[in-house]
Amino acid sequence: MIDSHLVATLTQQFFNALTLGAIYALVALGYTMVYGIIELINFAHGDVFMVGAFVALAFLSTIGFTRSISDPLQLILVLVGTFGVTMIVLGTIGVGIERFAYRPLRNAPRLAPLITAIGVSFILQNVVQAWQGPSPVPTPQLLSPQVRFGLFGADIAVLSIVILGITLALMIALQLFVGRTRLGRAMRSTAQDREAAQLMGVDINTTIAITFFLGSALAGAAGIVYGLYFGSIQFNLGFFSGLKAFTAAVLGGIGNTVGAALGGFIIGFIEVGAVQVGLSRWSEALVFAVLIIVLVFRPAGLLGQQLGERA
Amino acid sequence: MSAPARRRPGRDAIDRWTPAVRAFYEAHRSISIFVGTAVVGAILPIVVLIPPLSGFLPQTVWVDTFAGAGIFVLLALGLNVVVGLAGLLDLGYAAFFAIGAYAYALSASSFTNVHIPFWPMLLIGAFVAATFGVLLGAPTLRLRGDYLAIVTLGFGEIVPVVFTNSDELTNGTNGIAGVDRPTLPGIVFGSSDPWPFYIVILAIIALVLIFLYRLQNSRLGRAWMAIREDELAAASSGVNTVTTKLLAFALGASTAGFAGVFSAGRLVFVSPDQFGFTVSFTILAMLVLGGMGNMWGVALGAFTLFIVQSVFLKQLTNFVHPLGLPIISNIDFVQYQFLLYGIALVVMMLLRPEGFFPNVRRRRELHQAAPSEGSPEGIDAAGALQ
Amino acid sequence: MTEAILVPPEDPGKDLLLHAERVTKRFGGLVAVREVDLEIPRGSIVSLIGPNGAGKTTFFNVLAGILDPTAGRISFDGRVMIARPIRPWLEPLVWVGPAVVLALIGAILGNTGQTSVAEVLGLAAIAGLIVMLLLAIVRPLPYTRFLTRIGIFKSARPNDMVLAGVGRTFQNIRLFQNMTAMENVLVGMHTRLRSRMFDALFSTPRQATEEAAARQKATEYLNLVGLPGREEETARNLPYGDQRRLEVARALASEPQLLLLDEPTAGMNPRETAEMTELIGRLRRELNLTILLIEHDMRVVMGVSDRITVLDHGERIAEGHPEDVRRNPKVIEAYLGAPAE
Repeated sequence: MIDSHLVATLTQQFFNALTLGAIYALVALGYTMVYGIIELINFAHGDVFMVGAFVALAFLSTIGFTRSISDPLQLILVLVGTFGVTMIVLGTIGVGIERFAYRPLRNAPRLAPLITAIGVSFILQNVVQAWQGPSPVPTPQLLSPQVRFGLFGADIAVLSIVILGITLALMIALQLFVGRTRLGRAMRSTAQDREAAQLMGVDINTTIAITFFLGSALAGAAGIVYGLYFGSIQFNLGFFSGLKAFTAAVLGGIGNTVGAALGGFIIGFIEVGAVQVGLSRWSEALVFAVLIIVLVFRPAGLLGQQLGERA
Repeated sequence: MSAPARRRPGRDAIDRWTPAVRAFYEAHRSISIFVGTAVVGAILPIVVLIPPLSGFLPQTVWVDTFAGAGIFVLLALGLNVVVGLAGLLDLGYAAFFAIGAYAYALSASSFTNVHIPFWPMLLIGAFVAATFGVLLGAPTLRLRGDYLAIVTLGFGEIVPVVFTNSDELTNGTNGIAGVDRPTLPGIVFGSSDPWPFYIVILAIIALVLIFLYRLQNSRLGRAWMAIREDELAAASSGVNTVTTKLLAFALGASTAGFAGVFSAGRLVFVSPDQFGFTVSFTILAMLVLGGMGNMWGVALGAFTLFIVQSVFLKQLTNFVHPLGLPIISNIDFVQYQFLLYGIALVVMMLLRPEGFFPNVRRRRELHQAAPSEGSPEGIDAAGALQ
Repeated sequence: MTEAILVPPEDPGKDLLLHAERVTKRFGGLVAVREVDLEIPRGSIVSLIGPNGAGKTTFFNVLAGILDPTAGRISFDGRVMIARPIRPWLEPLVWVGPAVVLALIGAILGNTGQTSVAEVLGLAAIAGLIVMLLLAIVRPLPYTRFLTRIGIFKSARPNDMVLAGVGRTFQNIRLFQNMTAMENVLVGMHTRLRSRMFDALFSTPRQATEEAAARQKATEYLNLVGLPGREEETARNLPYGDQRRLEVARALASEPQLLLLDEPTAGMNPRETAEMTELIGRLRRELNLTILLIEHDMRVVMGVSDRITVLDHGERIAEGHPEDVRRNPKVIEAYLGAPAE
């Protein structure tokens, strides 16, 4: 006799996990793409995600949409506009960071760009803190989470489905871009063997810039999603979420975009699972434990990929 | 291939004497360090009696600030062993600081009703921290720089979280108050008198400097340098990279342990938010700005940054505020110090990665940045060795 | 229950310093080294030659402990040092075993009411776990021997091989570029210095005497390889040929019985090559070294080797005296290709 209450709770949490996982997946993609191409963990990436959320907020405030929209057509337009603008802005920011903070250090010993990335992370956090204050800031929930439908006795927000749809669309678009276009090929070849790609005529600087653009744009999208779903954002959002997304990227196999998406969802499930069994205070520690276990026992991750040989 | 010798009498004299001076210093290094620290320690409280410094704070508060700076000098020296000497980027160093502090707080406070005296606890706390240094360092041994950094960052976060969530043991977010002060016959370590603390921290710093210099110029110090240069070649020359790295973690952690015990005894209060990532980051900033690998540089960097942070930023705010300049007068520099640190870090890495007081060797390393070649022998997907 | 593979082979009178038997190394689908045998008698100079990609450096790396073999074994000085790991997964059980046992006993005692003893046992369990983990990390020799006795074998790591008496140089020079020549050689001496952290911290007399003696010895090594007076020069600033000599000096500093030289004359002009060849001969004579050489320069190989082993596509295709190997048709074919028609 299956407990219908249990089924309802599980379904509810399942969708929560999917939504959370989608956010992590989007951010993880940026980590994994950047690592794949220049073997740098972009510490500032989590904060790019955070900035995305705030940029979306600023945009929405400027065009005057600060509450939920009931007209579907209008909603779609606003969403498209928000995503479009935010992603472009964040992409540009990402390219800027790469150009000024990372590119000069491309041949320096490993320590240097890592430290710089931390510096950039702090700069981003503090700039946003100066701009919007240290307290949580409410964000417009354009699609009200109150709009729900029933499934197996659980109350699922339509918002979740929309978010999942958007995320999947973005991920598929990324895969198509990387897999089918000339620029995507350039990205993949640079990730495999930079010198050979260069010899084949690939413009390394542009390729890396594009990688950062895409990764940051996706992080920006994740930021919008976060704001839409949770309704409140804060300047230090990037730090922990960034680390969890990084864990997701490692879990899936760093350098592997499908792995990053997979890892994102798994981490989402772990986190929601932890909350469900009452361990919410330990959810961060739990995710870090996952990271450590993966790195120690299976550093290549689930869908592990052979990287370049540089020691 | 040597250039023909030219007649340079002045230079010749200096060149003739410098080795002698250096020989003297090296032969009597420990004494030199001791005397040097004592001299610096004596001068500082006098310097602050001179305006404008005397106008910022009364002398007792200055000395108290120096004691606080001393804690961070210790922390920076310890992190220097891990990051600067052995080349292991540890971003969670504050965890060991926390462990030292809590070890003391749990062994000498009204909270637990255990009262082990301060002085043995200095050693015990350092030892406990060293043990955790080994335990937390062990999983990172086969990881490459970036991954090592992230994992240590993770540990750096987990430790305060553990302290926060273990209410029965550690009183959670409220922290442990009523920690015992140090005691010495005839000397009172009171809350209003910073001088005993100041002198104690100076002594600890001198001792740690002496020990660290000795290590740097020993078999172990060379092994650390070798690992930092080329880990595979080091292993192939006989260096046990595992134990050598763990020793780096252990020694770095033990220094943080000293600092933690001292800090707890001075503040008589410990709580998890004294040990967050911002602390780890601050110490790292001190290393970067001061000059990684060079102990005096690091000490100076730590001291300078601490004083800037605790005294000068506030003074700057007070100074700039009444001037009525457009944006600048509205900035509370204290609040945005981390923005400044972030910018400083980026700028330093781009322009002067060896820090303000660099080690000659380090400057060489960082400016002729050809990565070491070497065939990809036995290196797997995540770059882990074997 | 020591596995058969770990019992060293018989050595009827041949006095082999190194004995590699059927060593195989596979990377996924690619077999880089296939069933290669190699015997190196004490005091001899053996060359390993073959076209590019034949697997020579891979074999070297297995020998040096950098790679674990997929099959086969290598005995050094009568002891099996390198073989495919046996039951490595069992090791974690060894780590937690004592702790679990102690904890169980403690639990049982706790249930029968003896709580204080139970608590002590609980603490002992934790302590035991930590001790075992430390042993696992540090891997001192008694611990590895114990593991072998109970059927767990971990192949030697590079520093284990150095400790046992194998020194090596690299095909692409891997000096410590920003350290001086003296410091490079001193690192090479790492395994032979007896001073430890304690001696360094407390500046014991042993430390002082040993450091002075070590520097003296390092100077001698530098003189031996032809770098007199260059102690304080930074490795990075040395000319190419001198860098190669420095690498040899560093390898010599570990007082090896067997020296592995990976293409020591690569990139050298004829004069430097002749000097290196002469050095190799001198090393065998003056230091009683046994030497294994990977070389492409046939003049060096012919001039200095007692025996030659030829690899091609990962397999051994010839072995013997230099003159015999030179005339071996298989060897000629490997290098020059099959004769037309």
